[in-house]
Amino acid sequence: MRRPRLMYVPFWLTYVFLYTPIVVLVVMSFNSDDSPYTFGGFSLKWYGELASDGTIQQGLVNTLIVAVGSTVLATVLGTMLAVGLARHSRSRVLDAISVMPAILPDLVLGIGLLVFYATIKLTLGLYSVLLAHAVFGMAFVTAVVRTRLAAHGDTSLEEASRDLGATPFTTFMRITLPQLAPGIAAGALLVFTLSIDEFVIASFTAAPLEPTLPMVIYSMVRFGVTPEINALATLLLAVSFTVVIAAQRMTRLTESLS
Amino acid sequence: MRRSRALGRIVFLGPGLIYLIVLLLVPLALLLSFTVFRRGRFGGIVYELTGENFTRLIDPLYLDVLLDSLKIATITTVIALLVGYPTAYLIAQLPRKWKTIALVAIVLPFWTNFLVRIYAWIVLLSGPGLVNSTLMKLGLIDKPLELLYNQGTIVTGLIYSYLPLMVLPLYAAIEKLDPQLREASANLGARPARTFLSVTLPLTLPGVITGSLFVFVPSFGNFVVPELLGGGRSIMVGNLIRDQFLTARDWPFGAALSLALIAVLIVLLLLQAWSARRA
Repeated sequence: MRRPRLMYVPFWLTYVFLYTPIVVLVVMSFNSDDSPYTFGGFSLKWYGELASDGTIQQGLVNTLIVAVGSTVLATVLGTMLAVGLARHSRSRVLDAISVMPAILPDLVLGIGLLVFYATIKLTLGLYSVLLAHAVFGMAFVTAVVRTRLAAHGDTSLEEASRDLGATPFTTFMRITLPQLAPGIAAGALLVFTLSIDEFVIASFTAAPLEPTLPMVIYSMVRFGVTPEINALATLLLAVSFTVVIAAQRMTRLTESLS
Repeated sequence: MRRSRALGRIVFLGPGLIYLIVLLLVPLALLLSFTVFRRGRFGGIVYELTGENFTRLIDPLYLDVLLDSLKIATITTVIALLVGYPTAYLIAQLPRKWKTIALVAIVLPFWTNFLVRIYAWIVLLSGPGLVNSTLMKLGLIDKPLELLYNQGTIVTGLIYSYLPLMVLPLYAAIEKLDPQLREASANLGARPARTFLSVTLPLTLPGVITGSLFVFVPSFGNFVVPELLGGGRSIMVGNLIRDQFLTARDWPFGAALSLALIAVLIVLLLLQAWSARRA
Protein backbone atom coordinates (compact mmCIF):
# COMPACT_ATOMS: atom_id res chain seq x y z
CA MET A 1 0.00 0.00 0.00
CA ARG A 2 1.23 3.49 -0.82
CA ARG A 3 1.91 5.78 2.09
CA PRO A 4 0.56 9.28 1.88
CA ARG A 5 3.42 11.72 1.21
CA LEU A 6 2.05 14.14 3.76
CA MET A 7 3.01 11.79 6.60
CA TYR A 8 6.69 12.34 5.98
CA VAL A 9 6.37 15.95 7.09
CA PRO A 10 5.56 15.26 10.79
CA PHE A 11 8.03 12.36 10.72
CA TRP A 12 11.02 14.52 9.75
CA LEU A 13 9.69 17.41 11.79
CA THR A 14 9.86 15.21 14.89
CA TYR A 15 13.55 14.48 14.42
CA VAL A 16 14.41 18.07 13.49
CA PHE A 17 12.48 19.24 16.56
CA LEU A 18 14.19 16.72 18.85
CA TYR A 19 17.74 17.34 17.66
CA THR A 20 17.97 21.06 16.77
CA PRO A 21 18.31 22.25 20.40
CA ILE A 22 20.84 19.50 21.13
CA VAL A 23 22.98 20.32 18.10
CA VAL A 24 22.91 24.02 18.95
CA LEU A 25 24.05 23.29 22.53
CA VAL A 26 26.93 21.10 21.38
CA VAL A 27 28.13 23.59 18.74
CA MET A 28 27.91 26.49 21.19
CA SER A 29 29.92 24.60 23.79
CA PHE A 30 32.96 24.96 21.49
CA ASN A 31 32.43 28.70 21.11
CA SER A 32 35.43 30.98 21.58
CA ASP A 33 33.14 33.99 22.08
CA ASP A 34 31.99 35.04 25.53
CA SER A 35 28.43 35.46 24.25
CA PRO A 36 26.36 32.30 24.46
CA TYR A 37 24.47 33.34 21.32
CA THR A 38 27.01 34.15 18.60
CA PHE A 39 29.58 31.67 17.39
CA GLY A 40 33.03 33.24 17.19
CA GLY A 41 35.20 30.24 16.34
CA PHE A 42 36.31 26.91 17.80
CA SER A 43 37.68 26.79 21.33
CA LEU A 44 37.81 24.48 24.31
CA LYS A 45 37.93 27.26 26.88
CA TRP A 46 34.51 26.54 28.38
CA TYR A 47 35.57 22.99 29.10
CA GLY A 48 38.59 24.49 30.87
CA GLU A 49 36.32 26.73 32.95
CA LEU A 50 34.26 23.70 33.79
CA ALA A 51 37.30 21.78 35.00
CA SER A 52 38.16 24.57 37.45
CA ASP A 53 34.65 25.22 38.77
CA GLY A 54 34.55 23.93 42.33
CA THR A 55 30.77 24.10 42.73
CA ILE A 56 30.21 21.94 39.68
CA GLN A 57 32.86 19.46 40.78
CA GLN A 58 31.32 19.12 44.21
CA GLY A 59 27.91 18.73 42.59
CA LEU A 60 29.28 16.01 40.35
CA VAL A 61 30.83 14.14 43.29
CA ASN A 62 27.55 14.36 45.23
CA THR A 63 25.60 13.16 42.20
CA LEU A 64 27.90 10.19 41.67
CA ILE A 65 27.69 9.14 45.33
CA VAL A 66 23.88 9.29 45.15
CA ALA A 67 23.72 7.57 41.75
CA VAL A 68 26.03 4.69 42.65
CA GLY A 69 24.35 4.12 46.00
CA SER A 70 20.80 4.27 44.72
CA THR A 71 21.68 2.10 41.71
CA VAL A 72 23.09 -0.66 43.93
CA LEU A 73 20.14 -0.49 46.30
CA ALA A 74 17.50 -0.30 43.55
CA THR A 75 19.09 -3.08 41.51
CA VAL A 76 19.28 -5.56 44.38
CA LEU A 77 15.79 -4.79 45.71
CA GLY A 78 14.23 -4.43 42.26
CA THR A 79 15.64 -7.70 40.93
CA MET A 80 14.45 -9.65 43.96
CA LEU A 81 11.05 -8.01 43.75
CA ALA A 82 10.77 -8.83 40.03
CA VAL A 83 11.56 -12.51 40.68
CA GLY A 84 9.22 -12.54 43.66
CA LEU A 85 6.36 -11.00 41.69
CA ALA A 86 6.84 -13.30 38.73
CA ARG A 87 7.42 -16.54 40.63
CA HIS A 88 5.91 -16.18 44.07
CA SER A 89 2.89 -13.93 43.74
CA ARG A 90 -0.25 -13.43 41.74
CA SER A 91 -1.31 -10.33 43.59
CA ARG A 92 -2.43 -7.44 41.41
CA VAL A 93 -2.09 -5.09 44.35
CA LEU A 94 1.60 -5.90 44.68
CA ASP A 95 2.03 -5.43 40.92
CA ALA A 96 0.39 -2.03 41.18
CA ILE A 97 2.58 -1.00 44.13
CA SER A 98 5.73 -2.05 42.27
CA VAL A 99 4.98 0.26 39.31
CA MET A 100 3.56 3.08 41.40
CA PRO A 101 6.81 5.05 41.82
CA ALA A 102 7.17 5.21 38.01
CA ILE A 103 3.63 6.53 37.51
CA LEU A 104 3.39 8.87 40.47
CA PRO A 105 4.39 12.46 39.61
CA ASP A 106 7.93 13.04 40.86
CA LEU A 107 6.71 16.20 42.56
CA VAL A 108 4.34 14.20 44.77
CA LEU A 109 6.98 11.58 45.58
CA GLY A 110 9.48 14.32 46.44
CA ILE A 111 7.05 16.16 48.70
CA GLY A 112 5.85 12.96 50.34
CA LEU A 113 9.42 12.10 51.24
CA LEU A 114 10.16 15.64 52.43
CA VAL A 115 7.17 15.46 54.76
CA PHE A 116 8.15 11.96 55.91
CA TYR A 117 11.78 12.89 56.61
CA ALA A 118 10.62 15.98 58.50
CA THR A 119 8.19 13.92 60.58
CA ILE A 120 10.75 11.30 61.61
CA LYS A 121 13.23 14.17 62.13
CA LEU A 122 15.79 12.84 59.70
CA THR A 123 18.39 15.46 58.86
CA LEU A 124 18.60 15.84 55.09
CA GLY A 125 21.83 14.89 53.36
CA LEU A 126 23.11 12.82 50.49
CA TYR A 127 21.70 9.63 52.00
CA SER A 128 18.16 11.03 52.04
CA VAL A 129 18.38 11.69 48.27
CA LEU A 130 19.97 8.27 47.77
CA LEU A 131 17.08 6.53 49.54
CA ALA A 132 14.58 8.60 47.53
CA HIS A 133 16.20 7.81 44.18
CA ALA A 134 16.16 4.12 44.99
CA VAL A 135 12.34 4.28 45.26
CA PHE A 136 11.74 5.15 41.60
CA GLY A 137 14.89 3.28 40.52
CA MET A 138 13.41 0.09 41.93
CA ALA A 139 10.29 0.49 39.78
CA PHE A 140 12.41 0.66 36.64
CA VAL A 141 14.63 -2.29 37.56
CA THR A 142 11.57 -4.37 38.46
CA ALA A 143 9.91 -3.53 35.13
CA VAL A 144 12.98 -4.28 32.98
CA VAL A 145 13.83 -7.52 34.84
CA ARG A 146 10.22 -8.68 34.64
CA THR A 147 10.26 -8.16 30.87
CA ARG A 148 13.35 -10.36 30.76
CA LEU A 149 11.67 -12.97 33.00
CA ALA A 150 8.64 -12.99 30.73
CA ALA A 151 10.82 -13.39 27.65
CA HIS A 152 12.62 -16.31 29.32
CA GLY A 153 9.49 -17.58 30.99
CA ASP A 154 10.54 -21.21 30.80
CA THR A 155 10.81 -22.39 34.38
CA SER A 156 11.84 -25.95 33.49
CA LEU A 157 15.50 -25.29 34.26
CA GLU A 158 14.59 -24.00 37.70
CA GLU A 159 12.37 -27.02 38.30
CA ALA A 160 15.10 -29.39 37.12
CA SER A 161 17.52 -27.72 39.50
CA ARG A 162 15.08 -28.14 42.39
CA ASP A 163 14.33 -31.76 41.45
CA LEU A 164 18.07 -32.46 41.54
CA GLY A 165 18.07 -31.28 45.12
CA ALA A 166 19.36 -27.73 44.86
CA THR A 167 18.19 -25.32 47.53
CA PRO A 168 16.10 -22.32 46.36
CA PHE A 169 19.13 -20.14 47.01
CA THR A 170 21.43 -22.26 44.82
CA THR A 171 18.78 -22.39 42.10
CA PHE A 172 18.46 -18.63 42.18
CA MET A 173 22.20 -17.98 42.12
CA ARG A 174 23.12 -20.55 39.48
CA ILE A 175 20.08 -20.71 37.21
CA THR A 176 17.80 -17.68 37.52
CA LEU A 177 20.36 -14.93 38.05
CA PRO A 178 22.61 -15.73 35.04
CA GLN A 179 19.53 -15.80 32.80
CA LEU A 180 18.46 -12.39 34.06
CA ALA A 181 21.92 -10.79 33.99
CA PRO A 182 21.46 -8.68 30.82
CA GLY A 183 18.13 -7.35 32.08
CA ILE A 184 19.61 -6.53 35.48
CA ALA A 185 22.56 -4.74 33.89
CA ALA A 186 20.28 -2.71 31.63
CA GLY A 187 18.02 -1.86 34.58
CA ALA A 188 21.03 -0.75 36.62
CA LEU A 189 22.30 1.46 33.79
CA LEU A 190 18.88 3.08 33.52
CA VAL A 191 18.66 3.81 37.24
CA PHE A 192 22.15 5.26 37.14
CA THR A 193 21.26 7.57 34.22
CA LEU A 194 17.94 8.57 35.78
CA SER A 195 19.54 9.29 39.14
CA ILE A 196 22.32 11.42 37.60
CA ASP A 197 19.70 13.56 35.83
CA GLU A 198 17.01 13.62 38.50
CA PHE A 199 16.18 17.08 39.77
CA VAL A 200 12.69 17.36 41.24
CA ILE A 201 12.94 14.72 43.97
CA ALA A 202 16.51 15.74 44.80
CA SER A 203 15.46 19.36 45.23
CA PHE A 204 13.06 18.30 47.99
CA THR A 205 15.17 15.64 49.70
CA ALA A 206 18.71 17.05 49.53
CA ALA A 207 20.33 19.38 52.00
CA PRO A 208 20.67 22.83 50.36
CA LEU A 209 24.38 22.89 51.12
CA GLU A 210 24.96 19.51 49.51
CA PRO A 211 23.36 20.00 46.07
CA THR A 212 23.49 17.38 43.36
CA LEU A 213 24.67 18.38 39.89
CA PRO A 214 21.16 18.98 38.48
CA MET A 215 20.48 21.28 41.43
CA VAL A 216 23.66 23.20 40.57
CA ILE A 217 22.60 23.35 36.90
CA TYR A 218 19.15 24.57 37.91
CA SER A 219 20.53 27.52 39.82
CA MET A 220 22.94 28.29 36.95
CA VAL A 221 20.09 28.20 34.40
CA ARG A 222 17.89 30.38 36.56
CA PHE A 223 20.72 32.85 36.93
CA GLY A 224 21.08 33.17 33.18
CA VAL A 225 22.59 31.66 30.08
CA THR A 226 26.35 31.06 30.19
CA PRO A 227 28.53 29.13 27.73
CA GLU A 228 29.83 27.06 30.62
CA ILE A 229 26.46 25.32 30.88
CA ASN A 230 26.76 24.41 27.19
CA ALA A 231 30.01 22.58 27.87
CA LEU A 232 28.55 20.81 30.89
CA ALA A 233 25.41 19.94 28.91
CA THR A 234 27.49 18.47 26.09
CA LEU A 235 29.40 16.25 28.52
CA LEU A 236 26.16 15.08 30.13
CA LEU A 237 24.68 14.39 26.69
CA ALA A 238 27.74 12.30 25.77
CA VAL A 239 27.41 10.25 28.98
CA SER A 240 23.66 9.57 28.63
CA PHE A 241 23.93 8.78 24.91
CA THR A 242 26.68 6.25 25.61
CA VAL A 243 24.81 4.62 28.47
CA VAL A 244 21.50 4.38 26.62
CA ILE A 245 23.08 2.93 23.49
CA ALA A 246 24.93 0.41 25.67
CA ALA A 247 21.66 -0.54 27.39
CA GLN A 248 19.98 -0.86 24.00
CA ARG A 249 22.68 -3.29 22.88
CA MET A 250 22.35 -5.39 26.03
CA THR A 251 18.61 -5.76 25.89
CA ARG A 252 16.08 -4.55 23.44
CA LEU A 253 15.45 -1.52 25.58
CA THR A 254 13.12 0.22 23.16
CA GLU A 255 10.94 -2.86 23.07
CA SER A 256 10.75 -3.36 26.82
CA LEU A 257 9.69 0.26 27.24
CA SER A 258 7.00 0.35 24.59
CA MET B 1 8.10 -27.99 49.80
CA ARG B 2 5.33 -25.72 50.96
CA ARG B 3 7.55 -24.27 53.65
CA SER B 4 10.33 -23.49 51.18
CA ARG B 5 7.78 -21.81 48.93
CA ALA B 6 6.57 -19.57 51.73
CA LEU B 7 10.21 -18.84 52.56
CA GLY B 8 10.89 -17.93 48.92
CA ARG B 9 7.99 -15.55 48.99
CA ILE B 10 9.28 -13.76 52.10
CA VAL B 11 12.88 -13.68 50.91
CA PHE B 12 12.12 -12.31 47.44
CA LEU B 13 9.12 -10.09 48.05
CA GLY B 14 9.93 -8.96 51.60
CA PRO B 15 12.81 -6.49 51.25
CA GLY B 16 11.39 -4.67 48.23
CA LEU B 17 7.93 -4.41 49.69
CA ILE B 18 9.17 -3.19 53.05
CA TYR B 19 11.21 -0.55 51.22
CA LEU B 20 8.20 0.59 49.22
CA ILE B 21 5.93 0.63 52.26
CA VAL B 22 8.35 2.70 54.33
CA LEU B 23 9.54 5.10 51.63
CA LEU B 24 6.50 5.30 49.34
CA LEU B 25 3.21 4.32 50.95
CA VAL B 26 3.81 5.75 54.42
CA PRO B 27 5.08 9.12 53.08
CA LEU B 28 2.09 9.34 50.73
CA ALA B 29 -0.40 8.47 53.45
CA LEU B 30 1.27 11.01 55.74
CA LEU B 31 1.10 13.70 53.06
CA LEU B 32 -2.55 13.04 52.33
CA SER B 33 -3.43 13.01 56.03
CA PHE B 34 -2.17 16.60 56.26
CA THR B 35 -5.06 17.76 54.08
CA VAL B 36 -7.45 17.67 57.05
CA PHE B 37 -5.21 19.52 59.50
CA ARG B 38 -4.54 23.17 60.16
CA ARG B 39 -1.41 25.08 59.33
CA GLY B 40 0.68 26.29 62.24
CA ARG B 41 1.34 30.00 62.58
CA PHE B 42 4.99 29.60 61.58
CA GLY B 43 4.50 26.72 59.21
CA GLY B 44 4.32 23.13 60.35
CA ILE B 45 1.15 21.30 61.29
CA VAL B 46 -1.40 21.81 64.03
CA TYR B 47 -3.29 18.56 64.52
CA GLU B 48 -6.73 20.11 64.57
CA LEU B 49 -9.34 18.92 62.07
CA THR B 50 -10.47 21.41 59.43
CA GLY B 51 -12.05 21.39 55.97
CA GLU B 52 -10.68 24.74 54.92
CA ASN B 53 -7.86 23.29 52.81
CA PHE B 54 -10.47 21.80 50.51
CA THR B 55 -12.66 24.88 50.32
CA ARG B 56 -9.59 26.90 49.34
CA LEU B 57 -9.14 24.60 46.35
CA ILE B 58 -12.25 26.04 44.71
CA ASP B 59 -11.22 29.62 45.43
CA PRO B 60 -11.11 31.20 41.90
CA LEU B 61 -7.48 32.17 42.51
CA TYR B 62 -6.40 28.53 42.79
CA LEU B 63 -9.10 27.01 40.62
CA ASP B 64 -7.86 29.10 37.70
CA VAL B 65 -4.35 27.72 38.13
CA LEU B 66 -5.74 24.19 38.21
CA LEU B 67 -7.81 24.81 35.06
CA ASP B 68 -4.87 26.49 33.31
CA SER B 69 -2.70 23.46 34.09
CA LEU B 70 -5.39 21.18 32.67
CA LYS B 71 -5.55 23.35 29.55
CA ILE B 72 -1.78 23.46 29.04
CA ALA B 73 -1.42 19.71 29.60
CA THR B 74 -4.30 18.97 27.23
CA ILE B 75 -2.94 21.16 24.41
CA THR B 76 0.48 19.56 24.91
CA THR B 77 -1.01 16.08 24.70
CA VAL B 78 -3.09 16.82 21.60
CA ILE B 79 -0.17 18.33 19.67
CA ALA B 80 2.14 15.50 20.76
CA LEU B 81 -0.45 13.03 19.48
CA LEU B 82 -0.84 14.83 16.14
CA VAL B 83 2.93 14.85 15.59
CA GLY B 84 3.61 11.51 17.26
CA TYR B 85 1.07 9.38 15.42
CA PRO B 86 2.40 9.86 11.86
CA THR B 87 5.94 9.52 13.20
CA ALA B 88 5.19 6.24 14.97
CA TYR B 89 3.27 5.02 11.92
CA LEU B 90 6.18 5.62 9.57
CA ILE B 91 8.70 4.08 12.00
CA ALA B 92 6.55 0.94 12.11
CA GLN B 93 6.76 0.68 8.29
CA LEU B 94 10.56 0.99 8.16
CA PRO B 95 12.83 -2.01 7.46
CA ARG B 96 13.89 -3.73 10.68
CA LYS B 97 17.36 -2.24 10.96
CA TRP B 98 16.18 1.33 10.37
CA LYS B 99 13.29 0.79 12.72
CA THR B 100 15.64 0.21 15.67
CA ILE B 101 17.77 3.20 14.74
CA ALA B 102 14.71 5.44 14.36
CA LEU B 103 13.36 4.30 17.73
CA VAL B 104 16.66 4.78 19.56
CA ALA B 105 16.88 8.26 18.00
CA ILE B 106 13.46 9.03 19.48
CA VAL B 107 14.41 7.75 22.95
CA LEU B 108 17.90 9.28 23.18
CA PRO B 109 16.89 12.87 23.96
CA PHE B 110 14.50 11.55 26.58
CA TRP B 111 17.35 9.99 28.55
CA THR B 112 19.36 13.18 28.61
CA ASN B 113 19.21 15.70 31.39
CA PHE B 114 15.80 17.32 31.58
CA LEU B 115 17.16 20.71 32.66
CA VAL B 116 19.69 20.67 29.86
CA ARG B 117 16.94 20.08 27.33
CA ILE B 118 14.87 22.95 28.71
CA TYR B 119 17.96 25.15 28.87
CA ALA B 120 18.54 24.48 25.16
CA TRP B 121 15.22 26.16 24.43
CA ILE B 122 16.23 29.24 26.41
CA VAL B 123 19.36 29.47 24.25
CA LEU B 124 17.21 29.15 21.12
CA LEU B 125 14.30 31.40 22.01
CA SER B 126 15.64 34.16 24.26
CA GLY B 127 15.89 37.79 23.09
CA PRO B 128 19.35 37.59 21.51
CA GLY B 129 18.89 33.83 20.87
CA LEU B 130 19.42 31.92 17.66
CA VAL B 131 15.84 32.10 16.37
CA ASN B 132 15.59 35.86 16.81
CA SER B 133 19.08 36.59 15.45
CA THR B 134 18.42 34.42 12.39
CA LEU B 135 15.10 36.13 11.70
CA MET B 136 16.76 39.53 12.08
CA LYS B 137 19.63 38.64 9.75
CA LEU B 138 17.10 37.52 7.17
CA GLY B 139 15.43 40.90 7.55
CA LEU B 140 12.11 39.38 8.53
CA ILE B 141 11.90 41.28 11.82
CA ASP B 142 13.43 44.52 13.12
CA LYS B 143 13.59 43.80 16.82
CA PRO B 144 13.64 40.53 18.75
CA LEU B 145 10.31 38.79 19.29
CA GLU B 146 9.15 37.88 22.78
CA LEU B 147 9.42 34.14 22.27
CA LEU B 148 10.04 33.14 25.89
CA TYR B 149 7.83 33.40 28.94
CA ASN B 150 4.37 32.63 27.63
CA GLN B 151 2.07 29.62 27.59
CA GLY B 152 3.13 28.72 24.04
CA THR B 153 6.72 28.37 25.22
CA ILE B 154 5.62 26.18 28.11
CA VAL B 155 3.70 23.94 25.71
CA THR B 156 6.75 23.74 23.41
CA GLY B 157 9.00 22.78 26.32
CA LEU B 158 6.57 20.13 27.58
CA ILE B 159 6.13 18.60 24.11
CA TYR B 160 9.89 18.56 23.71
CA SER B 161 10.26 16.81 27.06
CA TYR B 162 7.61 14.13 26.65
CA LEU B 163 7.13 13.49 22.92
CA PRO B 164 9.14 10.22 23.12
CA LEU B 165 6.64 8.94 25.69
CA MET B 166 3.91 9.43 23.07
CA VAL B 167 5.77 7.82 20.18
CA LEU B 168 6.78 4.60 21.98
CA PRO B 169 3.31 3.25 22.95
CA LEU B 170 1.89 4.41 19.61
CA TYR B 171 4.64 2.54 17.81
CA ALA B 172 3.95 -0.60 19.86
CA ALA B 173 0.23 -0.45 18.99
CA ILE B 174 0.75 0.25 15.28
CA GLU B 175 3.44 -2.42 15.02
CA LYS B 176 0.96 -5.06 16.24
CA LEU B 177 -1.56 -4.09 13.58
CA ASP B 178 -2.07 -6.75 10.88
CA PRO B 179 -1.38 -5.05 7.49
CA GLN B 180 -3.90 -7.42 5.90
CA LEU B 181 -6.71 -5.61 7.67
CA ARG B 182 -5.78 -2.38 5.91
CA GLU B 183 -5.44 -4.20 2.59
CA ALA B 184 -8.85 -5.77 3.05
CA SER B 185 -10.33 -2.37 3.75
CA ALA B 186 -8.69 -0.92 0.62
CA ASN B 187 -9.80 -3.88 -1.50
CA LEU B 188 -13.35 -3.32 -0.35
CA GLY B 189 -13.07 0.16 -1.82
CA ALA B 190 -12.35 2.30 1.23
CA ARG B 191 -10.26 5.41 0.63
CA PRO B 192 -7.10 5.75 2.78
CA ALA B 193 -8.81 8.28 5.07
CA ARG B 194 -11.74 5.92 5.59
CA THR B 195 -9.43 2.96 6.24
CA PHE B 196 -7.54 5.05 8.78
CA LEU B 197 -10.67 6.18 10.61
CA SER B 198 -12.53 2.85 10.62
CA VAL B 199 -9.68 0.34 10.87
CA THR B 200 -6.28 1.71 11.86
CA LEU B 201 -7.30 4.28 14.46
CA PRO B 202 -9.78 2.13 16.42
CA LEU B 203 -7.33 -0.77 16.55
CA THR B 204 -4.50 1.44 17.77
CA LEU B 205 -6.66 3.29 20.28
CA PRO B 206 -5.02 1.61 23.32
CA GLY B 207 -1.68 3.03 22.15
CA VAL B 208 -3.26 6.46 21.66
CA ILE B 209 -4.65 6.40 25.18
CA THR B 210 -1.45 5.10 26.82
CA GLY B 211 0.68 7.64 24.96
CA SER B 212 -1.66 10.49 25.83
CA LEU B 213 -1.56 9.47 29.48
CA PHE B 214 2.24 9.26 29.46
CA VAL B 215 2.42 12.83 28.13
CA PHE B 216 -0.44 14.30 30.11
CA VAL B 217 0.61 13.02 33.55
CA PRO B 218 4.12 14.53 33.73
CA SER B 219 2.98 17.70 31.92
CA PHE B 220 0.15 18.34 34.34
CA GLY B 221 2.30 18.19 37.46
CA ASN B 222 5.37 19.84 35.96
CA PHE B 223 6.85 22.88 37.68
CA VAL B 224 10.31 23.16 36.15
CA VAL B 225 9.20 23.97 32.59
CA PRO B 226 6.73 26.70 33.67
CA GLU B 227 9.40 28.10 35.98
CA LEU B 228 12.19 28.25 33.40
CA LEU B 229 10.22 28.88 30.21
CA GLY B 230 7.15 30.55 31.69
CA GLY B 231 8.73 33.40 33.56
CA GLY B 232 8.55 32.03 37.08
CA ARG B 233 5.01 33.01 38.03
CA SER B 234 2.82 30.33 39.64
CA ILE B 235 1.01 29.40 36.48
CA MET B 236 0.69 25.67 36.87
CA VAL B 237 -0.42 23.58 39.79
CA GLY B 238 3.08 22.12 40.19
CA ASN B 239 4.52 25.58 40.91
CA LEU B 240 1.74 26.26 43.35
CA ILE B 241 2.39 23.01 45.22
CA ARG B 242 6.14 23.56 45.31
CA ASP B 243 5.60 27.11 46.65
CA GLN B 244 3.30 25.88 49.43
CA PHE B 245 6.03 23.57 50.68
CA LEU B 246 9.19 25.60 50.12
CA THR B 247 8.07 29.25 50.30
CA ALA B 248 4.65 29.69 51.90
CA ARG B 249 5.22 26.82 54.36
CA ASP B 250 1.54 25.95 54.17
CA TRP B 251 1.87 22.17 54.17
CA PRO B 252 -1.82 21.31 54.66
CA PHE B 253 -2.89 23.38 51.66
CA GLY B 254 0.03 22.05 49.61
CA ALA B 255 -1.11 18.55 50.55
CA ALA B 256 -4.68 19.37 49.44
CA LEU B 257 -3.33 20.61 46.09
CA SER B 258 -1.28 17.40 45.76
CA LEU B 259 -4.43 15.42 46.44
CA ALA B 260 -6.23 17.33 43.67
CA LEU B 261 -3.34 16.53 41.33
CA ILE B 262 -3.43 12.84 42.24
CA ALA B 263 -7.23 12.76 41.94
CA VAL B 264 -7.11 14.04 38.34
CA LEU B 265 -4.49 11.42 37.50
CA ILE B 266 -6.45 8.58 39.13
CA VAL B 267 -9.54 9.52 37.09
CA LEU B 268 -7.40 9.37 33.94
CA LEU B 269 -5.87 6.01 34.93
CA LEU B 270 -9.34 4.58 35.56
CA LEU B 271 -10.48 5.83 32.16
CA GLN B 272 -7.47 4.15 30.60
CA ALA B 273 -8.13 0.85 32.39
CA TRP B 274 -11.78 1.02 31.33
CA SER B 275 -10.94 1.66 27.67
CA ALA B 276 -8.25 -1.05 27.71
CA ARG B 277 -10.85 -3.56 28.93
CA ARG B 278 -13.25 -2.50 26.17
CA ALA B 279 -10.53 -2.82 23.51
